Amino acid sequence: MATVSEPAQPMMPGEPVADASGQGVRRRDFINIAATSFAGVGAGVAIVPLLMQFAPSADVQALSTTEVDISKIQPGQGIKAVWRKQPVFIRNLLPAEIAAANKVDVGSLRDPQSLADRTKPGKANWLITLGVCTHLGCVPLGIGEGENRGEYGGYFCPCHGSAYDTAGRIRKGPAPKNLVVPEYSFTSPTVVQIG
Amino acid sequence: MSFAWAKPYEPTSPFMKWVDERLPVPRLVYGAIGGGYPVPRNLNYFWNFGVLAGLALMIQIITGIVLAMHYYSYAGGAFDSVERIMRDVPAGWVLRYVHQNGASFFFAIIYIHIFRGLFYGSYKAPREMVWMLGVTIYLLMMATAFMGYVLPWGQMSYWGAQVITGFFSAIPVVGEPLRIFLLGGYAPDQAALTRFFSLHYLLPFIIAAVTILKIWALHIPGSSNPTGVDVKDEKDTLPFHPFYTAKDGFGIGVALLIFSIFIFFLPYSLGHPDNYIEANPLVTPAHIVPEWYFWPFYAILRSFTVDFILPAKLWGVLAMFSAVLVLFFLTWLDRSPVRSSSYRPVYKIFFWVLVADIIVLGYVGQAHITPLNVALGQVASAYYFLHFLIILPLVSKFERPLPLPNSISESVLHGEKQESAPFGLATTGSTTAAPAAAE
Amino acid sequence: MVRIIGFFIGLGFVGVLLLSLIVNGVDSIKNPPPATAEEEFHLGAKDVRFASDGAFGRFDREQVQRGFQIYKEVCSACHSLKYVSFYQLKDLGYNEAEVKAIANQWAIEVPTVNPETGEPSTRKALISDRFPSPYANETAARAANNNALPPDLSLITESREGGAHYVYSLLTGYRNQQGYRNAKGQELLKEFPDVKTPAGLHFNPYFANLNIAMPPPLTSDGQVTFADGTKSTVDQMAKDVSAFLVWTAEPTLENRHRAGWVTMLFLLTATVLAYLAYRNLWANAKREVSVRGPLEPAFRERMNEQKAERGIAG
Repeated sequence: MATVSEPAQPMMPGEPVADASGQGVRRRDFINIAATSFAGVGAGVAIVPLLMQFAPSADVQALSTTEVDISKIQPGQGIKAVWRKQPVFIRNLLPAEIAAANKVDVGSLRDPQSLADRTKPGKANWLITLGVCTHLGCVPLGIGEGENRGEYGGYFCPCHGSAYDTAGRIRKGPAPKNLVVPEYSFTSPTVVQIG
Repeated sequence: MSFAWAKPYEPTSPFMKWVDERLPVPRLVYGAIGGGYPVPRNLNYFWNFGVLAGLALMIQIITGIVLAMHYYSYAGGAFDSVERIMRDVPAGWVLRYVHQNGASFFFAIIYIHIFRGLFYGSYKAPREMVWMLGVTIYLLMMATAFMGYVLPWGQMSYWGAQVITGFFSAIPVVGEPLRIFLLGGYAPDQAALTRFFSLHYLLPFIIAAVTILKIWALHIPGSSNPTGVDVKDEKDTLPFHPFYTAKDGFGIGVALLIFSIFIFFLPYSLGHPDNYIEANPLVTPAHIVPEWYFWPFYAILRSFTVDFILPAKLWGVLAMFSAVLVLFFLTWLDRSPVRSSSYRPVYKIFFWVLVADIIVLGYVGQAHITPLNVALGQVASAYYFLHFLIILPLVSKFERPLPLPNSISESVLHGEKQESAPFGLATTGSTTAAPAAAE
Repeated sequence: MVRIIGFFIGLGFVGVLLLSLIVNGVDSIKNPPPATAEEEFHLGAKDVRFASDGAFGRFDREQVQRGFQIYKEVCSACHSLKYVSFYQLKDLGYNEAEVKAIANQWAIEVPTVNPETGEPSTRKALISDRFPSPYANETAARAANNNALPPDLSLITESREGGAHYVYSLLTGYRNQQGYRNAKGQELLKEFPDVKTPAGLHFNPYFANLNIAMPPPLTSDGQVTFADGTKSTVDQMAKDVSAFLVWTAEPTLENRHRAGWVTMLFLLTATVLAYLAYRNLWANAKREVSVRGPLEPAFRERMNEQKAERGIAG
């Protein structure tokens, strides 16, 4: 619009005559600005579906719960389940492991939580955590038979040497947090629903 | 820069000045689509279609890139992945409908653009290169559209791939081995699907590159105009921005409105139901038809039914390719110095016959094969070649064009010249002689 | 040169086309193509109204739910629905628990691997599963159906000319072939005695080749008992299941219509504004062209001076 001179008189024959004080000019500018803004808004809105498609698709979201049968896990053993394409460690703790976890002074921990905070009432032997190290996302060792459990008898992440105790709490190494406990519930004494 | 009075880029802010001195992209853009490109002031709405074609290409590239994030080019899963896009991917359905109908949108625009060029003689000197680059883009579009249509791996995709690659088997001796080489197998399968996907992703970027060359070539002589008369001086033109950006803005609005009707309310109307059945190499659909933008060519292909020296199949394939390639030679076939059909009374009649002829060919291309349709297709195909190869050269030799206007301003302003001439020039111009002295 | 070569190429193509025209013309006059039973007796889809039709179309949720019940109780014995997942049923108004129950109680189980032995096995469907297919593969399906393949129904209304109208017509279109006449009053078996429906197939004028392998699936009123009390006549059931199959083919149809109207409204406003802005600018352009910018006399003078300095003429 910079290249057009705006005459004070209306130029189109038959166009309603705006008063000579420049009302017409203002109305015309307004239309140009409105048209440009609409184009801008339109372009902005058109980007929305292009971005929306990055979000997890409906079939991925439908995978958000997993049911696991835990009836075959003997005390001292654990299994790796899969929830949302991530490993979940389900471990049946031995009484000695529970005792070791409860002996620790919670206040001295990097991420203070007791074993009871991390298990369901009456099910203190079932430790269910994500198998994802809170440092940079590697899968710690210690759930399978004969794997290195680290110096605290829980899990040990081989990537950068984070050691977790028998309650899955961070004790040593670079990880900032305890292994994450996902939302879960016992749908029956032998079936856990994660998510 | 095309015209002496084209305004050079003057940065409006110190930042743009800083950028422009180091990387003159702002200057380039300003000269191409900004105030630095003087455009004849008498363009009609048919001149909107160049910008619309660019818009359609951008829409296809952007939605295509996004769809490729969800599509598998795996013969066992391609169809399924398309259904996943339609059902599970957030906003996937709209992206897919836009891309699917966008191909038709693109072709519709290109066809109007081509007919615009035919009517107003845009292929004539000095714009031959612009025209030929355009035909190149059209050929690339056809290849891209064909390969894209194969990707959903429905029945029409599969049998389309089978039939189109079958063209090559018409070539004597090397035909069949060439077909197998192109498919990477004896029938369309994984190898063909993967290479089609790869090329379907590549070709649009080549189209974009040729488009840039085309705009470059266009900006040497500048845009043509409905009178076909050369721009004589500055009052024949207006700067592209804001005059033609505003006009194109309106054109884009109308085009998108029409496009939206198809996307949201008629998304299946241009497709074929059989493509919602997964590819089955053992069953051919009862009635194979290409997408609408190939119907006229498909009609030409099917019109050759007699072996005469060469086998009928080879005649059909040769004719079909010739039907496109003839466009490359238009400049040399039509020697009339007058560009616009508005001043060519005889050619104008044949132009409209050609339009009707191509519509008839389109109808025949999708119709069931009956004796009447076949005969109609043969007559229409004959006229197509007659038009370009025989009528056009003869008409351009014998036709007597109407008198041309002296200048664009004279043709467009009808006696309003005095008040319409640019400020400061109005007093020098007279009503009869075009003020060439203004140069 | 181009014109001379082109002239002869043109003559060549035109000549061969005219030859083809004559040869074909003579041939079709000598041997006119015989009329076929399909041409004379195949019927287009019936005219029936669905809630999802038209630009304002919405699903009638109750109808689609009834259609789902018919699929579940009748169609699913032979027809798969392999692109639809259980969780999508939530769109039909079922809640999470109901969908879970539907998946859990689905008559066909999902193939899996026994975690202990590694043997092929089946498990109950989960809501994230797609509808399990009644047959393991195409061969099994053909073996169980007299070598006919029951098509997957997910996209049936998109993959058939006429869509839901076709499905409805087909389901209600079984006829007795004896004495069947078309609208012109021709009797099928009199006109084409050799198109008698073979054993194992069923006569249905809405089917492309008139003989369909599927026996009439909806045979008697009350075949399905609807929970909402709708009377389950054959006609009603055919309509309901067709409506359900529109949904399975395009569960996003409502979003499409809604987004369409919003988009159209926005674009319409934007286009009107763009038109006004365009007229604004051009109203001036037609008469008084810019005295500022590229056409400004002072600017042109400066340009000419610069050019003169550099020795460029014009």
